Amino acid sequence: MKRELQQPTADFTRPYPVFTPEMRATHTILIPDMLPWHFDLLVHVMRRAGYKVEVLHNEGREVIDEGLKHVHNDTCFPALCVIGQYLNALKSGKYDPEHTAVLITQSGGGCRASNYIPLIRKAMAAEFPKVPVLSLNFSGLEKGNSLQLSLGDFVKLAYAIFYGDLVMTCFNQTKPYEKEEGSAARVRVQCVEKLKRALDDGNYKKFRKCVAYVLDAFSSVAVTGEEKIKVGIVGEIYVKYSPLGNSHLEDFLLSEGCEPVVPALMDFILYCVINNVNDAKLYHKGRKTAWIFAIVYKWLYGKQKKLIALMKKQGRYEPLHDFEHLRRCADKVINQGVKMGEGWLIPAEMAALTETGTQNIVCAQPFGCLPNHIAGKGAVRALKQLYENVNVVAVDYDPSATRVNQENRIKLMLATARENRLNEQAKKTDRT
Amino acid sequence: MARYLGIDVGSTTVKVCVLDEAGAVLYSSYVRHYSRVRECVLAELEKVSSFGSAFHACITGSAGLGIAQRGKIPFVQEVQAAYGAIRRLYPDTDVAVELGGEDAKIIFVTGGTEQRMNGSCAGGTGAFIDQMATLLDITVEEMDALALQAERVYPIASRCGVFAKSDIQPLLNQGASKADISASIFQAVVDQTVSGLAQGRRIKGKVLFLGGPLYFLKGLRRAFQKTLALDDEHAVFPETAPCFMSIGAAIYAAQEREELLEELRARLAVVPDGENITVGEPLFADRAEYDAFIARHMRSDLRFADIHTYSGDAYLGIDSGSTTTKLMLITPDCRILYSHYQSNNGQPLDIVADRLREIYSLIGGRIVIRGACVTGYGEDMMRAALKVDFGVVETMAHFKAALHFNPDVDFIIDIGGQDIKCFKVKNRAIDSIMLNEACSSGCGSFIQTFAKAMGMEIEEFSRLGLFAKHPVELGSRCTVFMNSSVKQAQKEGASVEDISAGLSSSIVKNAIYKVIRARTPDELGQHIVVQGGTFLNDAVLRSFEKETGKEVVRPAIAGLMGAFGAALYAMENTPEEKLISSLVTEPELRAFSYASRSVTCKGCTSKCNVNILTFADGRRFISGNKCERGAGLPVSKNLPDLYQFKYEKLYSLPRENVPGARATVGLPVQLVMFEQLPFWTRFFETCGFQVALSDRSSRELYFLGQHTVASDTACYPAKLMHGHIESLLNRGVDFIFYPCESYNLDEYDSVNHYNCPVVAYYSELLKANNERLTEDNFVMPYIDPNDEATTVRALHRALKKYKLSSSLIRRAYRAGLEALEEYHAEVVARGRKILADAGREGRQVIVLAGRPYHADPEINHGIGKLLNSLGIAVLSEDAVFGEGEQVKVSVLNQWTYHARLYRAAEFVSRCKNVNLVQLVSFGCGIDAITTDEVRSILESRGKLYTQIKIDEINNLGVVRIRLRSLLAAIEEQGRKA
Repeated sequence: MKRELQQPTADFTRPYPVFTPEMRATHTILIPDMLPWHFDLLVHVMRRAGYKVEVLHNEGREVIDEGLKHVHNDTCFPALCVIGQYLNALKSGKYDPEHTAVLITQSGGGCRASNYIPLIRKAMAAEFPKVPVLSLNFSGLEKGNSLQLSLGDFVKLAYAIFYGDLVMTCFNQTKPYEKEEGSAARVRVQCVEKLKRALDDGNYKKFRKCVAYVLDAFSSVAVTGEEKIKVGIVGEIYVKYSPLGNSHLEDFLLSEGCEPVVPALMDFILYCVINNVNDAKLYHKGRKTAWIFAIVYKWLYGKQKKLIALMKKQGRYEPLHDFEHLRRCADKVINQGVKMGEGWLIPAEMAALTETGTQNIVCAQPFGCLPNHIAGKGAVRALKQLYENVNVVAVDYDPSATRVNQENRIKLMLATARENRLNEQAKKTDRT
Repeated sequence: MARYLGIDVGSTTVKVCVLDEAGAVLYSSYVRHYSRVRECVLAELEKVSSFGSAFHACITGSAGLGIAQRGKIPFVQEVQAAYGAIRRLYPDTDVAVELGGEDAKIIFVTGGTEQRMNGSCAGGTGAFIDQMATLLDITVEEMDALALQAERVYPIASRCGVFAKSDIQPLLNQGASKADISASIFQAVVDQTVSGLAQGRRIKGKVLFLGGPLYFLKGLRRAFQKTLALDDEHAVFPETAPCFMSIGAAIYAAQEREELLEELRARLAVVPDGENITVGEPLFADRAEYDAFIARHMRSDLRFADIHTYSGDAYLGIDSGSTTTKLMLITPDCRILYSHYQSNNGQPLDIVADRLREIYSLIGGRIVIRGACVTGYGEDMMRAALKVDFGVVETMAHFKAALHFNPDVDFIIDIGGQDIKCFKVKNRAIDSIMLNEACSSGCGSFIQTFAKAMGMEIEEFSRLGLFAKHPVELGSRCTVFMNSSVKQAQKEGASVEDISAGLSSSIVKNAIYKVIRARTPDELGQHIVVQGGTFLNDAVLRSFEKETGKEVVRPAIAGLMGAFGAALYAMENTPEEKLISSLVTEPELRAFSYASRSVTCKGCTSKCNVNILTFADGRRFISGNKCERGAGLPVSKNLPDLYQFKYEKLYSLPRENVPGARATVGLPVQLVMFEQLPFWTRFFETCGFQVALSDRSSRELYFLGQHTVASDTACYPAKLMHGHIESLLNRGVDFIFYPCESYNLDEYDSVNHYNCPVVAYYSELLKANNERLTEDNFVMPYIDPNDEATTVRALHRALKKYKLSSSLIRRAYRAGLEALEEYHAEVVARGRKILADAGREGRQVIVLAGRPYHADPEINHGIGKLLNSLGIAVLSEDAVFGEGEQVKVSVLNQWTYHARLYRAAEFVSRCKNVNLVQLVSFGCGIDAITTDEVRSILESRGKLYTQIKIDEINNLGVVRIRLRSLLAAIEEQGRKA
């Protein structure tokens, strides 16, 4: 169908440095912070694949200020955080700008997040014109400027994400209840180290064994028997996970005596994969390649199901969401055609959380996030009609929004949560 | 007997109350804390000691969190506190609305309990009312009294204080009565609460109104009652409203343990200061540095001439700004004879008339005013009222003045009360102009309002900042955000000095990084002149120099540069042979008086609110109108406006009567449906349906659907959609059709052809938030119009009820595509003709480049007409992008509508006499990406770039300045070339 471009073309592109194959040996690749423990594993895989990769952990006002200087007011907060983190790191003197590159994922969806790369390039051109910007994507964008990984590497990365999700989930369900402060964190380090070794020696494919190891390790942490309020975190992918983006939301919830419930990163990957299958079904779009996505989906989903089964069998932890269940949850609220940004995944996660006993939810979104108008705030009313007790607070994250404001709103949600719990307990005692 | 103590620490006030065991209120108080939170609470606690020595205590309130935590006193979230008190005191309440200093809250008690607070972007609260009162130069009490006498209500943007201000200022300058404006402000607060907070839920039943503003302000109460249609029985205004939260806190305190008051006070007294604020460097290291700084700036000054002794020619400049009025009289060699700077207080015309009287009395017969020139918001009014010879757009005036101080100037920044204006200068002509927008509008008046809120004069307040040791970082987005940053800083114990210095630096950072969008200070230029009243504030000036690392020129008359420039303009443009200015003469001035009246213009469908000033000699001046018709002038020769053409064309599409129609389908004319209207109209008519279009957009239509708006920060076109849906529902159509389209039509010029997420999926939001929409009456299939097979399949399924055959749908789909092509061809042909005609007539053409739905006059607010009135032909991006080459851009080019912008810019960049103005909807995240790209395309080929942000604000004042500046710059460039 595609008509050939025969008209004359005006080129307004600005030149930018390209990541050449030789740079693999000479350059350190920086990646922004998002999910520290997942990224620890992912970076490990990339290093084994021959890239010198480093995750940034710098934060603070200077990071945000750097971002503010280079990012348009109306562009989303994640872009600002990421760019701020790169520039702040490069200016710290720790990295040689002649031998450093930066890496960002790119989804290629209809959300402006696909444009992070040009935004980062623009910022780099102003401050560090020699630093190449690399893309990690599955849509064939940025050919020649993306990470070259083998199929085997991708398989490893997938395992790393599953393990990351498992560690995160177990940790979140242990930390609030630990008897000895710091014991859950210790086990987390121990698990991640063990998994890294497994990724090195090929044992990572022994799924059952690795999962059992993590489950057992966390189960060894002594816990109190108390009951805490569970608070789910959903929203735009970056502010949902990144402590820099969400002002350490998980820590705040812990300090308020809650158990943060954070849905798995793999769900987002599966969401991206299945959207390609959906597109082919809905619009016959990309029909030629959809089967590949269908196979990838089948494989990943199979692994996820296995992981869930193992968790259920062990019995100690509330397992991850089953992705097919998430899809059915989405269907109750919104059409799976809503695929830009985090799209239908947000209401799906909210519904799934509610159905698995986490009725209190923080929907974290960057200020003015376009997909979130629809799938975040826009979907809350529909959710309320389905689940009477769902208790959602939408929190905007922005460089200038203050913590007082954000925390006050979350506190309101928590007050309602406590009240709901009292009511439920009262109902229970009435019945008995 | 136990005593329960509730303390509510809000953003502006402290409320304390004491309850006895039975819940009776023994004591309550309500005081402003002027940011001295801890001291104020301590003082209040001393007063309650007469009720006992031990209390069960609990703190609530946004500013109370910090001191509660550090003083180890129980805390309850304020909405929760209110909820507790409601259940105890008013158990039959259905909904409670609470307006506080900076927060607004709503609690739905019955029908599914829900508690909500305003989001981060919502200013319609107590502080907002204070701010508006300051703007009107009256007290809040006076404002309330005035509101009760109002005769009419103007639409004022309710979303945020900054927006509201830009609606109010022109009203004031046009002479609208303060009574009407006061009532309009209250109405704006009500609208904000209804749309921003209720979000789809109706406020009905027994409604409880809480918080200080709703207790003290009768006008506000009345506006709420009227808008929500509540009778006295259902609108409850409790006597305890101002301190209601503190009562709630006291109720919660009952669960806490009893403590000695002395202990509570002792703990509060030693609350440690927080470490959560970031601080910057002090502005000056020491006194010597300050003195050197002052001495350096003293050098940029004008000389004076004595008006009492001078005889000869003189030129008068008047700068009638939005908040201040400035006058200057100069000699031909630029010495100052007279100057004046004054706040408007809403009556600029009186001020100028008074000053002219004074000038006439001073100059005797010795001095002849050869020419006079006026600039600024009030330009037209002054010219009409006082017969001023010339008018000049303010950007030009400022530029002229700056050139006088530094002929090599390459960058000018002017920070005034309301505006930030920046110009880059190349070859002694303005090369680009940047003005601030709503979300980057931290300007001078903000410091002023803030100083007043602290109970200080601005001079005193800003002086405090000069020697602050640890200026706080307050962020740089908009004043509403700054307000809460200040709140946080105060909570953390920052001093007034540190906050003052922090505000100065915020304003500067905002200007540099947000308005100018400079990445590094070097981008600004080498020879910078700073001006505007705000720069007279040494703290701001110093912050600017520190941030840019450059020494800049600040003329001593920084606040008068507009007037000075206007005077220079008068001098340059007064012809040799003209010996005396046409300005009102002294005798005329003695008899000068006027009356002001506001009416709704009935000239056309725009229904502008116009203001009519009638002068004693019978002349009239009309303002507020968008076109000549309202001004009582003959309508200018029908200049082409493609925007209007498109809009009328679309509404003329559906056939009046489809005989034997299966059913009536309603199409909401907005977002994706706007441009696809030809497609869907033809589609449905081919299928045998009667097509009904939603009502034309208007402010009223927006209000009709306001209660179903779920996300306050979405763009105005999206929010208007709710009104379109309501209008169709009210019309009783059989069903409404609005598809979800991830992909728009592929125009083969971009990597992908997405719609923006809002356009693509707005149906989902509509369905989820409008209780009147059902599966049956709202049809929203997911389609990709590029693909026939799946589109036909999806439509077949969606319209199953009407048993259409697939082949009919296929035929209709093809017919629809044809109709769309016809429409596009017609737009393009029109465009070509306009271009050709303009070329022949030597007329300037402007391509208004936005989205197709920006052609809706309620969205563009009649910018096309405004351009026509300036003598310019108007094209739209969809008429010309096909003439542009394919473009390669640095950003990912993947949206259909946005790809057109790049090509339109490419085309414009090759045309003489054609310029591009980009229309951007407020809150459009994608345009944050396209604007920089369109700018760079144009600028790479030596064209000027202008961007206009549009929202619900119905005020073209700023737009006018922008467009006139653009035209003036084009003219200058033309002259240089």
